[in-house]
Amino acid sequence: MIYLDNSATTKPDEAVLQSFDQVTKQFYANPSSIHQFGGKAEKLLHAAKQQAAEILHVERNEIIFTSGGTEGNNTAIKGIALEHQGRGKHIITSEIEHPSVEEACKALEKLGFTITYLPVDENGVISLDDLKNAIQDDTILISIMHVNNETGSIQPIEEIGEIAKQHPKLFFHVDDVQGFGKVPLELPDSGIDLCTISGHKIHGLKGTGLLYVNKHTKLFPLFHGGDQEQAIRSGTENLAGIVSMVKAMRLIKDREKNEVKALYDLKLYLVEALRTIDGVYVNTPVEGAPHILNISVLGIKPEVIIHMLGEKDIYISTKSACSSKQTDESKILAACGFDSDRTTSALRISMAYDNTKKELEIFVQELTAAITQFREVME
Amino acid sequence: MQYDHILIRYGEMSLKGKNIKQFIIKLQENLQQKIKEFPNVKVTRTQGRMFVLLNGHDPEPVMEKCRKVFGIQSLSLAIKVDNDIEQIKEASLFALQHAKDVKTFKMTVKRIDKNFPIHTNELNQLLGAHLLTNTDGITVDVHNPDVEVKVEIRLEAAYITSKAVLGLGGLPVGTSGKSLLLLSGGIDSPVAGFLAMKRGVHLEAIHFHSPPYTSERAKQKVIDLSKQLTKYGKSIKVHIVPFTKLQQEIFREMPESYAMTIMRRMMFRIAEQVSRNESILSLTTGENLGQVASQTMESMHAINDVTNYPIIRPLVAMDKQEVIDISKQIGTYETSILPYEDCCTIFVPKAPKTKPRLDKVSFYESTYDFTKSIEEAIDGIETVVAHDRKEVDEGFSGLF
Repeated sequence: MIYLDNSATTKPDEAVLQSFDQVTKQFYANPSSIHQFGGKAEKLLHAAKQQAAEILHVERNEIIFTSGGTEGNNTAIKGIALEHQGRGKHIITSEIEHPSVEEACKALEKLGFTITYLPVDENGVISLDDLKNAIQDDTILISIMHVNNETGSIQPIEEIGEIAKQHPKLFFHVDDVQGFGKVPLELPDSGIDLCTISGHKIHGLKGTGLLYVNKHTKLFPLFHGGDQEQAIRSGTENLAGIVSMVKAMRLIKDREKNEVKALYDLKLYLVEALRTIDGVYVNTPVEGAPHILNISVLGIKPEVIIHMLGEKDIYISTKSACSSKQTDESKILAACGFDSDRTTSALRISMAYDNTKKELEIFVQELTAAITQFREVME
Repeated sequence: MQYDHILIRYGEMSLKGKNIKQFIIKLQENLQQKIKEFPNVKVTRTQGRMFVLLNGHDPEPVMEKCRKVFGIQSLSLAIKVDNDIEQIKEASLFALQHAKDVKTFKMTVKRIDKNFPIHTNELNQLLGAHLLTNTDGITVDVHNPDVEVKVEIRLEAAYITSKAVLGLGGLPVGTSGKSLLLLSGGIDSPVAGFLAMKRGVHLEAIHFHSPPYTSERAKQKVIDLSKQLTKYGKSIKVHIVPFTKLQQEIFREMPESYAMTIMRRMMFRIAEQVSRNESILSLTTGENLGQVASQTMESMHAINDVTNYPIIRPLVAMDKQEVIDISKQIGTYETSILPYEDCCTIFVPKAPKTKPRLDKVSFYESTYDFTKSIEEAIDGIETVVAHDRKEVDEGFSGLF
């Protein structure tokens, strides 16, 4: 099998599974139970939090463990909106956010909030001037993703952070689900108040994630209950999931340090190889993330190619898994200004550190064959 | 170009006379200890100054560690270059560009090497002009600059620094002997320990543990607090005293209103004995005049009566809010407020005497012999050492 749909989800790492298994069997007590067994589980929870904090260079009490990216994004956006609505009801985001950001914002519109959706250029990047112009007295939140899930375009988070710093009344949330472990992002002194990370995108398990919440940032919780996770996210902690995700974070950070260059090289190879195929267009900016490549094969429905490759045990995707239940058109590519030929024929290839050049060569070969075969049938 | 060392400026110890040497040696030792985890980073000193040589290491984490060492007035990231004007220019520009949030600067040149061909005033102008032409939006302000770019041309090399970061001041830990900190787990005692350390004290800690009424978590909390304090000094031995039996006896045999006073006296007696065993010459407490019943003038008088060891009470005249602020700043607050029962919160008399009388306390104590229980408590002490390093619980190994 050649798996090239790592932006949808990744294969859980063996070591991560082992941690999960061990914690589930040995430390299943509720960390809130006051007996010794509960105490042990609580201690493990603290150790996990400490480790996560060290990896992110933040403080332990700034980590909120969640069930994943969608929860992290919803908690951040609705949490800020509900807590700070007295100060203002304006939120700024971009046109290319993940549905868990976009739909959370749309839901808030129904509650009387105003949302500004910043446009992007052909590289999928917002303009800082647009952002500056969009900030109003009643703006309480900027929510911008770090790496786009369909195109791999990278937003200028550092510069946005500097702008956010000049407006101490508003908060800045970054959805780093696709970027973490692939494109470095420093949280301290960055102006970032909230940052979402998901476990299953970094070889962890589904149902795990974390939200960084700067200690000066107050959120209205989505879940009320036993006051777990600094009372921002009540509910018995998924300790095995938490520990396993922290392990996945450490492992991917090590790989990022040592292997990100190799991943970039793979992407460059792929860009060059695919460009030589007739009718294939690369939609991704070269300076984008090292693991995501978006292409359009003109005149062929993307689903057809997915299935043809699937027959060969090769897995890629059309746009993002979370949007693929809707129409064929990629909204993100449309926002980047591509015409409908391109936006309705887009495919996403997303790699992991484990993918090899050999696998990519086979993929290119099979894709070429699939396109040729399809065209022959149609003629 | 990058920062290659950290310049350390001495705090109060620079006022010392002939014995200054021992303070400097201690400071060097303490710094060396703190940066041990960075294998290539070294501490050296020449006349009158101390340097941390980065040897290519990222300055930020090293700086962070050094900032927590007592005895330092301020620290600056610095660059060492040859006595060559082009190199000095380049380094000055680097130092200015890498100082954060800077709008104005001032150029200060010290020309100690009188053979250097360009004179001080001329150098000031030359370098200032170089910085102005190569930066945007930064201007000169000689009276109130955001940053002072300092160039020192010494015989061996030129040193360039910009922003000075404040250190914690105080005296190097270990220069003032050892003290035994009575550590309860609340907000005050860790702050008292921190402030004693600031005066050069090397701490050991004593904690009174009352299982099964108090939990392992309460004990762990005290170890965690000690661990946090070690970030500012050396490893801390924590003596955990099994206190249940003695405490039960006190509450059974003594009048309820005096039980708290007598319990405190027992703690001091035991602490004094532990100090004697460990060659410690003083006790440190988080007592704060008037805060609670045991800390009124009368209570302190009645409790202090059992020992003639000096008692360091750094918080005695502080406001509670000041104490909380320090505990947040030193990172003990979050742990201190964890809601576990400790030995002082489980047996609480309904109406403790706020003005206990010494003659009465002595009389009550004379009616019962506590000697055996005190000895048992001391014999049962468990000593744990808190280190300034990450320790993963053995049961958790491999999980992360």
